[in-house]
Amino acid sequence: MPKVQLRWLAHARSGDKGDTANVGLIALDPAWYPLLVKEVTRARVARHFKGMVKGVDRFELPNLSALNFLLHGALDGGGTISLKTDAQGKVYSTALLRLEIDVPPAVARQLKRTRAG
Amino acid sequence: MTDRIVRVAAGQGFWGDWLEAPVRQVQGGPIDYLMMDYLAEVTMSIMQKQKSRDPRYGYARDFVPLMERILPDIAAKGIKVTSNAGGVNPRACAEAVREAARTLGLSERVKIALVSGDDILPRLDELLAKGHALRDLDTGRPLTDIRDKVLSANAYLGMAPMVEALRRGAQVVITGRVTDTGLTLGPLFHEFGWDPQDWDKVAAGTVAGHIIECGAQSSGGNLLRDWRKVKGLANPGFPIVEARADGSFTVTKHPGTGGVVNLASVTEQLVYEMGDPHTYITPDGIADFTSIQLKAAGRDRVRVSGIRGRPRTDMLKVSIAYFYGYKAVGTLVYSWPEAYDKARAADRILRRRLDDLGLRFEQVLTEYVGVDATHGPLSGPPDPEAPEVQLRVGVRGPDKAAVERFTREIAPLVLTGPPSVTGFAGGRPEVQEVVAYWPALIDRTEIEPHVRVEVLDA
Repeated sequence: MPKVQLRWLAHARSGDKGDTANVGLIALDPAWYPLLVKEVTRARVARHFKGMVKGVDRFELPNLSALNFLLHGALDGGGTISLKTDAQGKVYSTALLRLEIDVPPAVARQLKRTRAG
Repeated sequence: MTDRIVRVAAGQGFWGDWLEAPVRQVQGGPIDYLMMDYLAEVTMSIMQKQKSRDPRYGYARDFVPLMERILPDIAAKGIKVTSNAGGVNPRACAEAVREAARTLGLSERVKIALVSGDDILPRLDELLAKGHALRDLDTGRPLTDIRDKVLSANAYLGMAPMVEALRRGAQVVITGRVTDTGLTLGPLFHEFGWDPQDWDKVAAGTVAGHIIECGAQSSGGNLLRDWRKVKGLANPGFPIVEARADGSFTVTKHPGTGGVVNLASVTEQLVYEMGDPHTYITPDGIADFTSIQLKAAGRDRVRVSGIRGRPRTDMLKVSIAYFYGYKAVGTLVYSWPEAYDKARAADRILRRRLDDLGLRFEQVLTEYVGVDATHGPLSGPPDPEAPEVQLRVGVRGPDKAAVERFTREIAPLVLTGPPSVTGFAGGRPEVQEVVAYWPALIDRTEIEPHVRVEVLDA
């Protein structure tokens, strides 16, 4: 199966709550939402952020074609304590979009066409 | 009338947001309410510190000159303003706005109200003595662990006092720690006369408030999808909710403004700072974000409906800020060739010097801006031809003298470390006090009897 980076399948926004960052991952085409549900699992995301976060939760929002991830312990203390440039987890969103997932060949072809166009 | 529309416009998404936004919301087209959210989690502690230095302060002071600018328009058009700009001193804030109204000759026409009772700092020991542990929601530690370091403590109030102030004829309602969403819920419940136990309506108003509480973040600002296609952000139209009595609403913005309101902009804001989407808890009720239905409804219009809610809980959230320690962040920029290697060498030298000086910190964090500062190990291998790399070193600890000494160890690296270094013109880094956030819960029966609504005399 061809691999595709999430940036071509979804957009995202992230924010913070204490030492937890959240990433809302939204399918660019609602038809791709089931693919995200299947491939972007809690375990897969935990592996992606290995060493950067202490735990991951996932919630499904089929009404918005979106998944919400909670990345616990992601902000080095969070809020005002954190020394990180991204103390408020604003760009964990794009960090998740680096993840590569397997997609059916038809989706890969469709993406190639739109990206070429 | 079931087809009646109430327009609530966002004017500020945080303390420090674009100052022109509220003025353009008032002048750019019809609105009924201007909602301005000023309070982030630790904002109250900054305000508490200002108030302890001068009892006339302790609120968002730029709110007053802003009101001066828009008072003539809101008086003429009958626009109402809801804001939590009052911080830890809503009375001083309301009186300052009244003074501005008097100067403009408008104090007879524009009634100003204030909401208080959220500030529990003076009652903290009494509450602890009564057995309220005020445990940290994240760590479970009791507040007694840090009691002597507490700088501010405020309960999050819901919409009830806002509704009461509006019912009593207030045109400008200034509050302390009322929830961001309450600033929108209050107007909707007042206008439509909804039952506060109609949980679907509470949830609908909560979602409306959530969509506009961060200002332009739902109308094209910080929008990732197709960001190049978002035009006119030099003059972004801040979001407006057009609410209907059935609990559905449309998100839009004034014509002729920049940015965009579409499914992508609204969805990105909906997932912002989201926890469990089934259970978005506010003082007024619980909203289920998995019930939200969005529909494109023409240019810069998104229709929102179907929202379901559940009853409110018996607890209110409390936001406590406490003194934690000190921190400082120093930066230097290294240029090509081998910029990253030079920056890493400088970091090793710096750390060795901190050790040799016997300085102890809770944490020393090094990031390389341009290499891995935002995405860490996911960033991939560093580019050996990178034109420049910024070394960014932060320290944090309880010992002010150690952090102070750290700030004096950055500039010397320019003449005593690796070559081709620049970007130190800003001078020594600043030592900052770290104020940390302690979220807790308290029974609402301890708070609600203390909440007061007061309409000021002209």
